[in-house]
Amino acid sequence: MTMRTEVEREEPDAGLAALIYDPKARGFLFQAILLLAVIGFFAWILDNTVSNLASQNKKSGFGFLDESSGFQILTTLGTFLMESRPGVATYFDIFWIGVINTLAVAIVGIITATIIGFMMGIFRLSSNVILRGFATVYVELLRNIPLLLQILFFYIVVLRLLPGKREEGVSVGFLGLDLGTIPINITGFYMPFPVPSEGFGTVILAFIGSIILAWCVAWLARKRQEATGKQFPSFWAGLLIIGAITMGTYYALGGPLGWEQPEFRSEGPVLRRGYQSGVGSVIVPEFIALWLSLSLYTASFIAEIVRAGILAVPSGQTEASKALGMSNGANLRLVVIPQALRVIIPPLTSQYLNLTKNSSLAVAIAYPDIVSIFAGTALNQVGQEIEMIFMMMMVYLVISLVTSAFMNWFNDRMKLVER
Amino acid sequence: MKFRSALGAMSALGLVLSASAASADTLADVKAKGSVQCGVSQGLPGFSNKDDAGTWTGLDVDLCKGVAAAVFGDANAVKFTPLSAKERFTALSSGEVDILSRNTTWTMTRDTQLGLNFAGVNYYDGQGMMVPSSLGVTNALELDGASICTNTGTTTELNITDFFRTNNMGFELVAFEKADEVVAAYDAGRCDVYTTDKSGIAAQRLKLADPSAHTILPETISKEPLGPVVRQGDDTWFNVVRWTLNCMINAEEMGVSSANVGEMASSDNPGIKRLLGTEGTFGENLGIDNAWCANIIGQVGNYGESYEANVGGSTPLKLERAGSVNALWTAGGLMYAPPIR
Repeated sequence: MTMRTEVEREEPDAGLAALIYDPKARGFLFQAILLLAVIGFFAWILDNTVSNLASQNKKSGFGFLDESSGFQILTTLGTFLMESRPGVATYFDIFWIGVINTLAVAIVGIITATIIGFMMGIFRLSSNVILRGFATVYVELLRNIPLLLQILFFYIVVLRLLPGKREEGVSVGFLGLDLGTIPINITGFYMPFPVPSEGFGTVILAFIGSIILAWCVAWLARKRQEATGKQFPSFWAGLLIIGAITMGTYYALGGPLGWEQPEFRSEGPVLRRGYQSGVGSVIVPEFIALWLSLSLYTASFIAEIVRAGILAVPSGQTEASKALGMSNGANLRLVVIPQALRVIIPPLTSQYLNLTKNSSLAVAIAYPDIVSIFAGTALNQVGQEIEMIFMMMMVYLVISLVTSAFMNWFNDRMKLVER
Repeated sequence: MKFRSALGAMSALGLVLSASAASADTLADVKAKGSVQCGVSQGLPGFSNKDDAGTWTGLDVDLCKGVAAAVFGDANAVKFTPLSAKERFTALSSGEVDILSRNTTWTMTRDTQLGLNFAGVNYYDGQGMMVPSSLGVTNALELDGASICTNTGTTTELNITDFFRTNNMGFELVAFEKADEVVAAYDAGRCDVYTTDKSGIAAQRLKLADPSAHTILPETISKEPLGPVVRQGDDTWFNVVRWTLNCMINAEEMGVSSANVGEMASSDNPGIKRLLGTEGTFGENLGIDNAWCANIIGQVGNYGESYEANVGGSTPLKLERAGSVNALWTAGGLMYAPPIR
């Protein structure tokens, strides 16, 4: 009541004064001042930057992207896809090589980190003492050592363990039985390179067609199960359909895919010995070391997330499925994991984002990711920090937002469907 | 609450505004803070390297000490910032360091596009290559198909690419951020070749498990004039750095060294008198003490002393000066400084 009398007493001061005492108008005024201050702040930063750049006599703008770069980059997925040639590739090509290499290690890393992480998380809850102990040691060891140290450690270990450049690989034998040689040495892991010939497009079409067919079969089977309760092994049937149709087309067309084998020379001048570059395909040790360390490190965090997710499912659920006669595997696969996923997915997304961003540590071990070649070598030649760092931040932002969007979509699908 | 946060934002803005009043007068800034901030390498023996006691030594370090001696009369009024090849120009243009004295090659792009100025050359270098002796390679033209380890963010990447392209040879480049990792990878056998400036190769070779098992190839595939760098658009500071180097070279030419600078002060030679500041106002014209050059020579030494102490024939680097391009012009080299008059 007192409030009201006060307001009424001040009512007679009409005009501006009334506005100041009006809480709504006052709130609006301060909001506006704050907004102006924020806009002014950023305008000032922008203006300051532009004038500082001008006073330092530095170039600005994105014209440098069309200039040719003149340096070579380690053979990786990026250089292969962009057909990079030194002196011909522009800075824009360099940018894309970096993006592709970052994506490559991030995607492969996320897949392996998820697999190892889920395994370790489940092992930590295992009733088997050895498995549980192993998983505990794994998690506590890897998540408590800085990632950069692990990357350098794995790189040096990879380099020191692998045979030298002039050796063909690691021979595998078992009880005196020669099982051949793994084609890996210090310069990388060598594999045949697929060379598609005429008709391979048809095989790809058949493959896509078979996936659609398999999906249709699975959909029909689900409808039937909902209607009649009869089960159908649609997963295995799908695999069979895809395999049979794709392989059938492949062999019907006479195998339209050749393999270019890596070439190893053990004769001639010492420098020329070893695997020949440009023949077959290769995964460089820098990639292997980065991929291993990123996966193992992130997996230790994922293991804890998975463990937390599983523990969040009430034990009554497991008891109920046991009572229904479900096996341990079926219980885990059909009852526990689907419910645990709802707890697991949101923090899992952060781990995926972390892994992607951590891949920027690649620069320490010469893997040409975007930070290493674009913000490193190219930045040093061009010298336009603001534009180049901005482009790089945009890359990480876009990758992260896409990852988040996908994981949010996945999370929605996994949500408890309430009837 | 709203009111308070708005006030907070505005006062924060005011703070930032007042803090940003950066000036382009580096000499005044340096005098005000009492020390020179010098950007050096992360460890390149002979040029800028930290010893076991944590003191920086080297040819590039001596230049920074010279600048400190010139400005403050105290060669120790200098702080060192170790920088990677990648960070160095950003650190200089952002004002994090006052001088970049980090075996940096003077190129036209860097001089014209990065907003930087090179204040002279304190070492004439050239890019070379080192290979394990077991490869049996005797010259660089036999290196077709070789894999090559080097640093990122340097001219060496461009030079090696040019060299192999010119000679129609294929190669694989493995580029690391830090020199230590390059050496470790080369030592482990990841690459056939280690390439960087020849002085750098001589320095890094000492870090290998067995330095004698490696050969430096005879070719020099590039010109690498290394020198101190400052920000463009600050001529006063540029002059201080340039003339510090010129003072050291002139002193060697006139035979003034840290050992005899005291007795030379009473010399009748007008050139030496101008050098040591007993005649003329050369130091004052630079905006610093008139005994600037005497301080440099007394506390750091002349160019020849610095060279011999850090990279010369008696050091582990064994870069013989006699007959090389780094000798004084009077001895057939390229070290030549404009006169102080």
